[in-house]
Amino acid sequence: MRKYLGPLSKDNPILVQILGVCSALAVTAQLKPAVVMTLSVMVVCAVANLVISLIRNTIPPRIRIIVQLLVVSTLVIVVDQVLQAVVYDVSKMLSVFVGLIITNCIIMGRLEAFALSHKPIPSFIDGLMNGAGYGLVLVIVAFFRELLGSGTLWNYPVIPSAFYEAGYMNNGLMILPPMALILVGTLVWIQNSKKINAK
Amino acid sequence: MNIFEKIGKKLEPTFEKGKPLHCLYPLYDAIDTFLLTPKEVTSEGSHIRDAVDMKRIMITVMIALCPALFFGMWNLGYQHFLSQGMESGFWNCLLYGFLKWLPLVIVTYVSGLTVEIIFAHKRGHQVAEGFFVTGFIIPMIMPPDVPLWMVAIATAFAVLFAKEVFGGTGYNFLNPALVARAFVFFAYPSVISGDSVWISESADAISGATPLALAMNGSMEQMPSLLDLCIGTIPGCIGETSKIAILLGAIILIYTQVANWRIMLSVVVGGLVTGALLHTAGMSPVTGWEHLLMGGFLFGAVFMATDPVTATHTESGKYIYGLLIGILAIVIRVINKGYPEGMMLAILLMNIFAPLIDYCVIHIKIRKRKVNISRHKIKL
Repeated sequence: MRKYLGPLSKDNPILVQILGVCSALAVTAQLKPAVVMTLSVMVVCAVANLVISLIRNTIPPRIRIIVQLLVVSTLVIVVDQVLQAVVYDVSKMLSVFVGLIITNCIIMGRLEAFALSHKPIPSFIDGLMNGAGYGLVLVIVAFFRELLGSGTLWNYPVIPSAFYEAGYMNNGLMILPPMALILVGTLVWIQNSKKINAK
Repeated sequence: MNIFEKIGKKLEPTFEKGKPLHCLYPLYDAIDTFLLTPKEVTSEGSHIRDAVDMKRIMITVMIALCPALFFGMWNLGYQHFLSQGMESGFWNCLLYGFLKWLPLVIVTYVSGLTVEIIFAHKRGHQVAEGFFVTGFIIPMIMPPDVPLWMVAIATAFAVLFAKEVFGGTGYNFLNPALVARAFVFFAYPSVISGDSVWISESADAISGATPLALAMNGSMEQMPSLLDLCIGTIPGCIGETSKIAILLGAIILIYTQVANWRIMLSVVVGGLVTGALLHTAGMSPVTGWEHLLMGGFLFGAVFMATDPVTATHTESGKYIYGLLIGILAIVIRVINKGYPEGMMLAILLMNIFAPLIDYCVIHIKIRKRKVNISRHKIKL
């Protein structure tokens, strides 16, 4: 069980393996798209792991990347269609980044490193947890960016208007991608110092 | 033994290791070494002996900043009373500016030194002198009415992410003072751009546009005269308005060899040539000379671009670095109307490129010398 919880902290795909950073910067300006993105990646990663694990013994090793890409891209198209049907506005906001889940290194990495050599059920759980580890970082970053950058959470204003009257202003830098990079960097820093302290 | 020494001696034991106040030792040490000559001297391995140390360099920079600072204070008051339509004496203006500047500088030092001391304590070293100049420059490049909490956040951000993360004083690759300004510029654009922020508490009817903003909007006829630009009786940050005071600072820096004249010269040449070219091409109504006299160009060239840590270290690299700063600053000013103050962005960008320039210069030199070595061997 401990093995599966690793992606949430000490084997976190973003903070420790530094994978999937690109989308982490792009979709975290607000909490809502970040959560939707998290769910999409969790679904794609888990189901792709399951499928690849089921057919792992029949895939010829030389063309395994193509097979993996085929499975992942099929899933991404399904997820994209579902998003457009259910949450159209968020799907608009995420725009190209849903499609780019195909190139998310976390998913290919888990297929190569785990699904090809493990049984279906563990693979499914592993995919789910890695998606969750990715999502955890996204949600933390998006929480701070939306709170400090727009003064809202999930599009509800949370900073009392008395603050604004007293001279408080939203931090425009938080909306811009560089701040997401700095926030992710800070999380990496915290993670690393935790590791050093543990030693 | 004077009074400071006595107090320092008396207090020192309370900060020693094991005592409850040991966590404040970096603070004690910073104050002690700032007031008095430190008792530690280099014990081994130094072959070059010189009276210059980091503290003396930093103090020299602060002295060089003083003419611009005092003029800026007076100008702050002068512009304020002018916009209110009131006559006021010299001392009144100076006092008004001083009272505007004082809270800014206190907030900057408290916020920046807090971060520095936390890090010094964590890493077990002393607070380095580097922040004294950074904290001195930050109030000089902010608008006079900027809210103090923004200054505090910006300073803490700059010290933390531009300096301490990379290892503290001497390891930063970006100029922390400029990072603080860039932070305010991008995070809270409304307090640092536009026409109304550059005169302290101005009356609403008066437009306080800086000459740079006027020129970029094409309203050249409202431009102050060249003499005003030189003396500095124009709206602007505390530090940037008076070109004469900045030149005075430049002379002090060059004479004491604290700042490098190559960088200053090449920044000015780069700006002048680019400004002249763009003027001739009809893209900008401002001539090259006027570009030099407007906005923070000269202040940046003299005090920011020459920061020895973030500039290039090779001598020929300094020319390239300076030229590119000058060119980029003017190009950003003329082409991108959204960012009238291109100097800040140009210096930050070139700070990032400085290590690359050094790398290329060193490798080109090595390649040249390699040929010499092989030729020499063949002859032998």
